[in-house]
Amino acid sequence: MTETTTAYSNELDIRSLGKRYANTQIEGGELQVLQDIDLHVPAGRFVSIVGASGCGKSTLLRLVLGLDGQYEGRILLDGRPIEGTGPERGIVFQDHRLFPWLTVEQNIAVGLRNAPFTPAQKRELVAEHVALVGLQGFEKSWPHQISGGMAQRVAIARGLVNRPRVLLLDEPFGALDALTRSRLQNELQRIWQKERITMLLVTHDVEEAVFLGDQVVVMQPNPGRIRRIVDVDLPHPRNRSDPRFIHLRDDVLSDFLDVDADASPAALPASPAVPGRLQLAW
Amino acid sequence: MSGPRTASPSLDRAELAALQPLRPADGSRWRGLVLPIAAVFLWWALSRLDLVNSALLVSPGKVAATAWDQIATGRLWRALAASLAREATGFLIGTAAGLVLGALLGLSALANRIVGPSFNTFKQISLFAWIPLISVWFGLGDVAKVVFLSLAALVPVVVNTCDGIRTAPPALLEVARVYGYTRWQTVTEVILPAALPSIFTGVYLALIYSWLATIGAEYLLVAGRGIGNTLVEGSEHFQMDLVIFGMVVIGLVGWLMNALARRLERRLSRFR
Repeated sequence: MTETTTAYSNELDIRSLGKRYANTQIEGGELQVLQDIDLHVPAGRFVSIVGASGCGKSTLLRLVLGLDGQYEGRILLDGRPIEGTGPERGIVFQDHRLFPWLTVEQNIAVGLRNAPFTPAQKRELVAEHVALVGLQGFEKSWPHQISGGMAQRVAIARGLVNRPRVLLLDEPFGALDALTRSRLQNELQRIWQKERITMLLVTHDVEEAVFLGDQVVVMQPNPGRIRRIVDVDLPHPRNRSDPRFIHLRDDVLSDFLDVDADASPAALPASPAVPGRLQLAW
Repeated sequence: MSGPRTASPSLDRAELAALQPLRPADGSRWRGLVLPIAAVFLWWALSRLDLVNSALLVSPGKVAATAWDQIATGRLWRALAASLAREATGFLIGTAAGLVLGALLGLSALANRIVGPSFNTFKQISLFAWIPLISVWFGLGDVAKVVFLSLAALVPVVVNTCDGIRTAPPALLEVARVYGYTRWQTVTEVILPAALPSIFTGVYLALIYSWLATIGAEYLLVAGRGIGNTLVEGSEHFQMDLVIFGMVVIGLVGWLMNALARRLERRLSRFR
């Protein structure tokens, strides 16, 4: 099959990705968390993955990040299979995971710990990224002194500071209040427009997914599969009141609002009303 | 304000100010002294009015006189110096050994499997149960006392160090993995700082236990001199003034150590 040259080359190539966990409660002994995931992320694009809890989207990110090496299928970055974690893939977790014993700028510098830069270059990169996320004046603050939104901004700076090719974001705004979430979505869009780093965002918020992404990958659970991929062809910065935006958002939302006939829970046995045998959780 | 930036630092500075804890009004500090002062006054009144047998409850005046005598003749300082020297030695040896052993048990699963069960059994032995063995092996003098104090300091340090290391947050360890930290970097830059509060608790407990053990050691391993010996001497010769004086000194030293340790902890935990 010939491939026509597109404007973007594929940065991240996920082919037939699958992940299973051993689980004694399922017949067959294995729980299929992800199945046949085929995803091609062009360089410099923003791809949102949206799905309800349990559809394996966070697992997908962890596999791409390299924290887990056991899976079926292939994950290729710029044509080469990934091996463990690496500086070309950054991440922002849902909890900020800042080191409490380091200041804001030291936390950002954690991203550069093993990077091949001189100390002077590192200082400059850190300062650049403090400015990028709008935290000038807070470089010497401790994590416990700043708000949740600010801490998450530090986490974003840390994820970007060593210039990864792909930034993974695992529900980065899930732990924040609605107002801060809105603000940070705008921030992230601004940062992406400026830096144009490939970003892969996982969220359960459909509006966030459509607001930020060029493509929205809709996933469904049991087992985790891609239901469909929706292209978002709206200009940046996005306008939440734009009728086209609202239409697209409602279109994606409709996937979640009607009761799914094919999201069958047949994989899990019906649990009896009275447990056959008491079992301690630990 | 220029530019399309939606971040507004002024709002965040207000948040920041709201997070600073308020300082208590100064008067409250002195309220803590009301009870002790009242107690001393009651004591003085009881002895003045001769309501209690003066052999059992000596007057504050007599205690003060004895105190002055002990201080002036230098006996207090000699006794205190001897006790503190032993305590410092035992504390340092026990803490150093404890840090090493605790780190080993915390970081190495293999060491934990081999040494762990033995240590867990060992630490169950009540501290003072070691006295007979120590007195037979090391006599009743300074060496025996230092051994005893080292034991007292060792156990809390090992337990807390090991515990602190093993409960380093896995979320932060994952961050270290993501950024390619080597094993050594992970241990020194993530695990140890995360374990520091726990380690400090262990050292703090070691300080307290070794001070308690110092006094106990002087009761039970009676050769030599120290503040505990002063107390024993006083009780044997029925000099209650000496006994009370000794107790006050011991209490004051304990309180001082506590305050020192607290000050140090606050300095090291600025980020909390």
